Amino acid sequence: MKEGTLTPEEVMAHLTSRLSGGIRDTSIRKWEQGRKKVPHYTLWVDLERDFLKPAIRALMEIQFPHLSVIAGADLGDAIRLLYIFSVQYGSPKSEYMVTFAIALPKSDLTVPTISDLIPGAVFSEREKQEFFGIRVTGIPDSRRLFLPEDFPEGVFPWRKDETGVPEGMVRELWESKRPKDRPAPPVKEKGPGTAGGETPAASAPAGGSAKEGER
Amino acid sequence: MSGESKKAPYRVPIGPNHPALKEPVMFTFELEGEVVRDVDFAPGQTHRGIEWMGMRRNPVQIVHLTDRICGICGVVHSLSFSLAVEQIAGIEVPERADYIRTIVHEFERIQSHLLWAGVAAHELGFDSLLHLTWRVREEAMDVIENLTGNRVNYGIVQVGGVRRDIVPEQHAIIEKCLATYEGLLDTLLSFFLDDRTIRMRCRDVGVLSRKDALELCTVGPTARASGVNVDLRQDYPYAAYGDLDVKAVLPDRYLGETHGDVYDRIVVRLLEVGQSCQIIRQCLSEMPAGPITAEEKLVKLLATCKKATGEGIGRVEAPRGECLHYVRMEGKDSPASWKVKASSYSNLMSWIPMLRGSQIADIPIIVASIDPCLSCTDRVAIVQDSRRSILSKDDLHRLSVEKTRRLQG
Repeated sequence: MKEGTLTPEEVMAHLTSRLSGGIRDTSIRKWEQGRKKVPHYTLWVDLERDFLKPAIRALMEIQFPHLSVIAGADLGDAIRLLYIFSVQYGSPKSEYMVTFAIALPKSDLTVPTISDLIPGAVFSEREKQEFFGIRVTGIPDSRRLFLPEDFPEGVFPWRKDETGVPEGMVRELWESKRPKDRPAPPVKEKGPGTAGGETPAASAPAGGSAKEGER
Repeated sequence: MSGESKKAPYRVPIGPNHPALKEPVMFTFELEGEVVRDVDFAPGQTHRGIEWMGMRRNPVQIVHLTDRICGICGVVHSLSFSLAVEQIAGIEVPERADYIRTIVHEFERIQSHLLWAGVAAHELGFDSLLHLTWRVREEAMDVIENLTGNRVNYGIVQVGGVRRDIVPEQHAIIEKCLATYEGLLDTLLSFFLDDRTIRMRCRDVGVLSRKDALELCTVGPTARASGVNVDLRQDYPYAAYGDLDVKAVLPDRYLGETHGDVYDRIVVRLLEVGQSCQIIRQCLSEMPAGPITAEEKLVKLLATCKKATGEGIGRVEAPRGECLHYVRMEGKDSPASWKVKASSYSNLMSWIPMLRGSQIADIPIIVASIDPCLSCTDRVAIVQDSRRSILSKDDLHRLSVEKTRRLQG
């Protein structure tokens, strides 16, 4: 590797030389702010899934990269995972963000763990497992992270398909696991016979407040 | 729980608790006598599904939602979200707005670090120092209120700029506050750093090595105290920081050595208060004239955001470290995806190496030393010989204070 700080183009060239055949798309984006318009750069690299770990190893040749977070997006037929790194921290005004994006088809939502390279990644990997329903193979700790123990299995809050949070879980949130020793809510309790169909008088205040909440 | 076993190590759960603070957290300690052998934690007791909510709202609504993610860091979340959206939609922020953003951002750092210093003093048993620190913190809160209209949830940042200008009459108010802090800084430093007891309680306690700090993705003062040279204001300039020459505050630049302990974290935070004062002063004198927002009319702004497609990352140096927002827009009202990475998110893992091998009485100060956005040591159940006894947060605090008194002799 060249000594000193690299330009964004040099970082990108280093990555593409190490990952031939695994790169789908790359771009370098520049953004300038302030009076002097000092730029900062974001490098985006779209990868084949198998090239994720070689890509991180290639990044490690520059500097031990800082992993900010693993972000994700549900694209319909696939889950896009973005591993957001930064390198060249410590050198004034020449840190770059490097984002490795991979797509996991919904038919095979698995990705290898990167915690053997970056131990701190396990935190974000656990979060992606519970929020996107992906499976991180080889993860040293696969427990839930943020979701409560009694959150239903098979519901993944950030998915946009049928496994996302169902409408009813939000609308009738107040009645889920409501303790019995609390004061009654401002709506009439559902009787055993009226399950699913409230009387208009009982549903009016609840419906009204729900709408107000939406505004 | 294997705590029923009669032999050491005992497994001791702590927390979760305290809805008053942002994130309660559940700890499980493995104890052998007074010594922590291992530790595990489970966050998420106040996960409010903010990202889920955001994916059903438009960017202008989300900015106000981001204000409410954290009660201390009111500006960092709205700033990083706005930076992400501005990059996607190609909205260029006026220079004056960059400076106002920077000034409010630095005032937030001052009040956050002073709040933390007070908490640290309290955990060690110096309650008079807590009250004095929080008394002087009020100066920054008053200025923030004067600049933004609010003590918390500032509502100052909007996509494309800021919502309030800083007028010439306010310069005197800001200057008075900065002078107060600069006059106080030496006193604060000597209270915290020259005190024999604070040194005994914090030196080489809760050590995080540089290697662990890197591998666990640690950010902010916690990483800097372990000797990692990271500060986004220095490395990855945003807002007006590209025009300033911010240097990361590292303990070896002040003390000549790095221990990576609680003491170093105090050093870094207190010195950053002085650094923030200098940054604000420089911003005030160099602030350009001009508009404070790229688009005043929210309807037009929303129309621009709605047309935007692409992905963006906004990233700022919050008082606790890097705060990052990832946004994906697909030409609809609301973003297709939004991920908030607060600074404590990256710092929680560092508790494990810090707490391993420490004493029970040191738990409060070590847990507080990364300045987590949460309070956790509310309730400890100690299971010993199948008898359960509950230690409350007060008991833990008492243990910590007693240790201070013991050391003082």
